[in-house]
Formats: sequence, C-alpha cells, structure tokens
Amino acid sequence: MEKVTININGADYSAEVEPRLLLVHFIRENANLTGTHVGCDTTSCGACTILLDGKPVKSCTMFAVQANGKHLTTVEGLAQNGKLSPVQEGFHEKHGLQCGFCTPGMMLTSVAFLKKNPNPTEGEIRWAISGNLCRCTGYVNIVEAVKYAAEKMKESNQ
Amino acid sequence: MIPAQFEYAAPVSIPDALALLRSNPDAKILSGGQSLIPLIKFRLAQPALLVDINNIGGLDYIRAQDGWLKIGALVREADLEDSALVRRSYPLLYDTTLSVADPLVRNRATLAGNLAHADPANDHPATMLAYRAEVVATGVNISRVIPIDDFFRGLFATSLAPDELLTEVRVPMPKPRSGGAYLKMERKVGDFATAGVAVQLNLDAAGKIEQIGIGLTNVGLQALRAKRSEDALRGALPDAKGIERAARLAQEDCDPASDLRGSVEYKRNLVRVLTMRAIEKAIERAKGM
Repeated sequence: MEKVTININGADYSAEVEPRLLLVHFIRENANLTGTHVGCDTTSCGACTILLDGKPVKSCTMFAVQANGKHLTTVEGLAQNGKLSPVQEGFHEKHGLQCGFCTPGMMLTSVAFLKKNPNPTEGEIRWAISGNLCRCTGYVNIVEAVKYAAEKMKESNQ
Repeated sequence: MIPAQFEYAAPVSIPDALALLRSNPDAKILSGGQSLIPLIKFRLAQPALLVDINNIGGLDYIRAQDGWLKIGALVREADLEDSALVRRSYPLLYDTTLSVADPLVRNRATLAGNLAHADPANDHPATMLAYRAEVVATGVNISRVIPIDDFFRGLFATSLAPDELLTEVRVPMPKPRSGGAYLKMERKVGDFATAGVAVQLNLDAAGKIEQIGIGLTNVGLQALRAKRSEDALRGALPDAKGIERAARLAQEDCDPASDLRGSVEYKRNLVRVLTMRAIEKAIERAKGM
C-alpha cells in the first residue's frame, strides 16, 4: 500500500491505496466526488476527463499513486461561490447536452482549451474536444456552448 | 477494469531507475502510460514492478544542439505540438504528433514511449525511420546511441536491454530545401492507422532529390522503411511518373494484414496513394510552397 495525498478542487484527500488503483476510482470512491464518470474504461471516450495541474487527461488511464502531490480539478470545482463558470453556463444556455454523461469531461476539456485559446474558430473547438465522445447530441450544441463560453469570458475580461 | 497487483516505485534520478530495473526482471518502465496502462488493465501485460519515471527531473527538454533536435524522454506529444521550433522546422514531426490518438492522450503520451513501445501501429516509428533519427539508451555504466534502423526488432520488440532506459530521441536538423509530411488514414480520431506514410526529403540546388526517407505505419510487424522507393527517387528530378513508380514499389514492399480496417489489397493500394501524396506534399514544403 502507498500513502497518497491528492489535492482536488483545493482540498487535500489522503488515503492508503494499492498502486493498481486507478485515479478515477480514487476520485469517485475515496474522495466521493462522483461527477467524474467512468465511461469506456479504455482511454477512448473522455468521460473521466479531469484537469491534472491544469491539463485535461483521462483519469482512467493513470494510477492514483501517480497523482500524489498533484492538483486536480473535477467538475465539482468549476462553479465558484455558487456561481456557474462560463463554460457551465454555456452548456446550460445552449443545451450542450442530452443525457449528460459526457458533460463533466466535455466541460473540463473546454475550460483548459479556452484558457489556451480564448478566441477559437469552430474548427479549433471541434479539434479540441475530439478526445471526448458524445453519443447523444451530434456535438452541434456542445460547440455552441463552448462558443458562448468564449464570448462570455471575453466580456468579463473587458 | 481492475489491473493485477504490482509493485510501484517512483525514482527521482536515472541511476535509481536503472537500479530498480536491474532489481526485478519483470519490471516495466511507466512513462506517459497511454499504451501501457490499457494493456495492464486488459491484463495483456502483468509487470511485477512499475518504475514510474515521471518524477525524474530534466528529461522534458526540446533543444537544437550539434546538428540534432534533441528530445528528452518525458517530452509529451502536447509539448511537441506547442513547440514553435517543431512547428517551424520539423513539419513531418509536427504532422505526426498531431495524428497520435487524441488531445487528452497527447497531454500524457511521450515520443520516447511511442518508440519504446514499438507497436507497428504507432505513428512515430515510421516518422523516425524517414528522418533517420537516433535514440540514446542509458544503461547503468554506459549510454549508447542506436540508429533507428537498428532499434525496432519486430512486434513490440526493440534493441533496448531490459536494464536500459531510452533517455533521448535525436532528429537530424533539416538541411536547406527540406520538407516532410505524414499522412495517416484513420477511421476516426484516436484510432490506429489503417496505414500511414512518413516522408522526409531535401532537394539540391537544381531541384533534384538529394536525400529521402520513407517510413510506413501499420503495414507490417514493425514500422517499415520503403527502401526501394527511396532508392528510386534519390538523385532524381521528381516528376509525376517517378513519384508514381516509387509509390508502386512501396505498395509491393509493404506487408499488411487483413483486419477490420481493411483487406490486404485495400491497404496496399492505400499505401500507394498515401506515399504519392506524402512525397508531393514533402516536395511542396521543401520548395517553400
């Protein structure tokens, strides 16, 4: 067993874990943060996407021990003081979801993407979310949601 | 999926990592983990010890030095994508890194891991063949430079010793009038190549092809060098007929297997078409078009 401490959304979570424990299971079962989903479990779908030191990665394809001492953001960390983040607001306003299963991963990828590219074209948005699969929407409203968030962030920076 | 149990160590120096590799014949190096962890989850791989090299400092460099682009073992695909130097001067490498898996995987996956894993479906092996790259293998008392043609030894096999670590990839700096391109047919983002073709070449002052490298992805038990195609074009003033002939040689020389991605016949034809287009694109880029 290995002792790990992982900071998730600003709070430290410590546990004795087996090295084989996947990061996504640490997040869901040790930290009880179930907004991060297990989808394909084979590095394909992106439902388990979290931010690892600010970068979106698939938490089903990392061991929890590898995140020891790191800072993670999950969907629970996006809203601040009860106020939705621009990306969350975009998915709400533009109806960027149907069943909602892919949505946490989709939003975390979008948050990191807009930080890097605040002024994206539609093509760049589609490229950025190409590691996150949605089986419901056909992506049209997801792309609209990300565009909405980009506009919103520009407004609030002015 | 729950992997089988294993021991885990996260050394902070190369000597410590090498000592751990020596201590256990069933040890495996964990780098980006984007191929290894899925294999462990499927229990296709069951290493007794994982040596996680991610905490070793100083392995995440990309630098031009002594005629080479030197890339450290912990450089992620996303780092290559973000490197202005790579984007400007190494279009073949840039094309290739963008075609690996998907943007999330690229935040973890490393170039060195892509080579050391030696999956014939991986994209970088063909590209490194086209570049005539070298890799640096670091062992306990000595490090050695391995030309890429001596590196791949069949399916998932390389010439690395069990107690060696691939610490650096070296890509030759391009000569004037150089160009390269990687073309990959994939059914969808994140899929392995149905086939892929990497071309790197340079033209002399008269416009003749001086040097050319052509590597093929996922049409054999390892990445293949299209040697006869290279020989056909080296020294030649490239024209449509010559390019077509070289592409036909690649079609003959590749060795694909029939699977869900296509029949042998289809894949051979695909190699011909992609080789032709990749050579044309590389020439355009070499001419600065």
